Amino acid sequence: MTDQVKLVENAAQQMRTYALEMTFNAGRSGAHVGPAMSCMEILAALYCGVLKFDVKNPAWEERDRLMISKGHCVLAYYTALVVAGFIKPEELATFEKNGTDLAGHPSMDLNRGIEYSSGSLGMAFSASVGMAISAKRAGRSHKVYTLLGDGECNEGCVWESFMAAAHYKLDNLVAIIDKNGLQLDGATKDVMDLGDMEKKLTAFGWEVSNIDGHSVSALLTAFFKIIRGKPHAIIANTIKGKGVSFMENNPEWHHGTLSQAQYETAIAEITGGVPCKS
Amino acid sequence: MQELNKRTIRTWSRLGQRRTFFGEAIPEIAENKNIMVTAADCGETSGISRFRKSFPDKYVNVGIAEQNLIGISAGLAKEGACVFATTYAIFTLRCLEQIRQNCGYMGFNVKVVGASAGFAMDIGGSTHHAIEDIAAMRAIPNMTVVSPADAAEAYLAAHAVSEINTPVYVRLTGQANCPMIYSEPYDFKIGKGVVLKKGTDIALIGNGILLAEVQKTAEILEEKGVSCTVVNMHTIKPLDTELLDELFNNHKLIVTVEEHNIIGGLGSAVAEYKATLSNAPRQIIIGVPDCFGKAGEYMYLLEQYGLTAAQIAETTRSFTL
Repeated sequence: MTDQVKLVENAAQQMRTYALEMTFNAGRSGAHVGPAMSCMEILAALYCGVLKFDVKNPAWEERDRLMISKGHCVLAYYTALVVAGFIKPEELATFEKNGTDLAGHPSMDLNRGIEYSSGSLGMAFSASVGMAISAKRAGRSHKVYTLLGDGECNEGCVWESFMAAAHYKLDNLVAIIDKNGLQLDGATKDVMDLGDMEKKLTAFGWEVSNIDGHSVSALLTAFFKIIRGKPHAIIANTIKGKGVSFMENNPEWHHGTLSQAQYETAIAEITGGVPCKS
Repeated sequence: MQELNKRTIRTWSRLGQRRTFFGEAIPEIAENKNIMVTAADCGETSGISRFRKSFPDKYVNVGIAEQNLIGISAGLAKEGACVFATTYAIFTLRCLEQIRQNCGYMGFNVKVVGASAGFAMDIGGSTHHAIEDIAAMRAIPNMTVVSPADAAEAYLAAHAVSEINTPVYVRLTGQANCPMIYSEPYDFKIGKGVVLKKGTDIALIGNGILLAEVQKTAEILEEKGVSCTVVNMHTIKPLDTELLDELFNNHKLIVTVEEHNIIGGLGSAVAEYKATLSNAPRQIIIGVPDCFGKAGEYMYLLEQYGLTAAQIAETTRSFTL
């Protein structure tokens, strides 16, 4: 486990470095940097030892499916796909450029490991429920993972999915809620208070793990938990903008642009003062 | 697939489009194809019970949750199934964005089946009248839009849409005891309109069960010495432009008739194509005149909106005199 924790932590650091570089290179268009920083450990853990996948056979039927419902976290998603080997690091330079395959929200492309075109919140979660039903009825053993934002849980269709997954006893479905407490207009509790998500989801018939979403060991423990007869929700308590002091817990960094000076400061903080060559 | 004959067609017209589609065609399709049926708490009223009992693993009731209906259907389609997702036509507007992203943009093989479209839920009132669904679905790239004219055609349409691997909106109109347009077997092809009657002056183009009124309109006009062609344009998208060219070349007036708002439906589709031509006859677009009305029985509603055969004939004559 210790080796794996180290591996995931290194991957998350590498992903954050790539993400800052991509944000900087996006220039005035900027990027959704805050909501990506909060889920780096989640995606790093999934791609480094949790998910079953085969880069050489991206459509492998028995692969685990990861559905990114909070589609605005592409800086974490694309960089995780680089770590996994689906996307070449040099391709990140095309991010948000005209005609790119790496747009501001992901576009379904199995060859790059992208299962679904998300960006419209809540939709990938519904589709995940359908995919989990399909796997269960076909007797397949793979799992379906969905990454949601907490702001995303304002959407009504998310609760339709919470209901349906429990109704159909989808113990092959894992929903990870990146609970960074912020959304576009401010704090989630001020915009639309979600209340006690653990109690709500338990009442909805889910098994709930309420963890520190930046603790790799807590994430791995939750991912490896065996649950029967009900779906598993992992409430990952995170910090929006995690790793960069001026971004952390600041809703203004939901989407932002980086100046040269900010970029250098951010990189130094992530790498502990040593600029990372990517 | 069953051999169509007068007896089956008569039986199905008693069942109506929806129960023929789900009760007769769907169980047959499931015998040979990897299909799934999803419903938003309207499976039983759609006549799904025979299918559900024979293929319990191929049916998912999502409850009263239309957004999830399309999302779950997309997930099932992503895993390889051809999915028939059904709710009342009016409620397909609630999940329009889900249809746009999943069916249109991502191209998942989901057949969205809108039941009781138009004024089928007559006394239910305007919250239950789907008069904008064609406009909405037609505007989504990659969607095929089909509106069968009678129960037999609904049966054929179910089989036909199951043969293609792209998303389709199937608009089912009418209730039980719907009028029969066809009494003989015929060749149904998506995207190919059917000339039901040939004439020389006016081309009347319709679809859905309102086509029965259109046929009567032709009879009224013929009595007054106006020779009419009657066309069943069951596929609104892609539009049969080859047939339209023929109609434009051989008629003085084109009349489109639909149980739908005059904005965005069959009439608009025909007009959009006609606008690209330098020489085409005038067109009258007959449909719901962009308004809501009072509740009432089906024929009462047709009358309120000028959609009975006598009214369509009168409107047409007012343009020809």
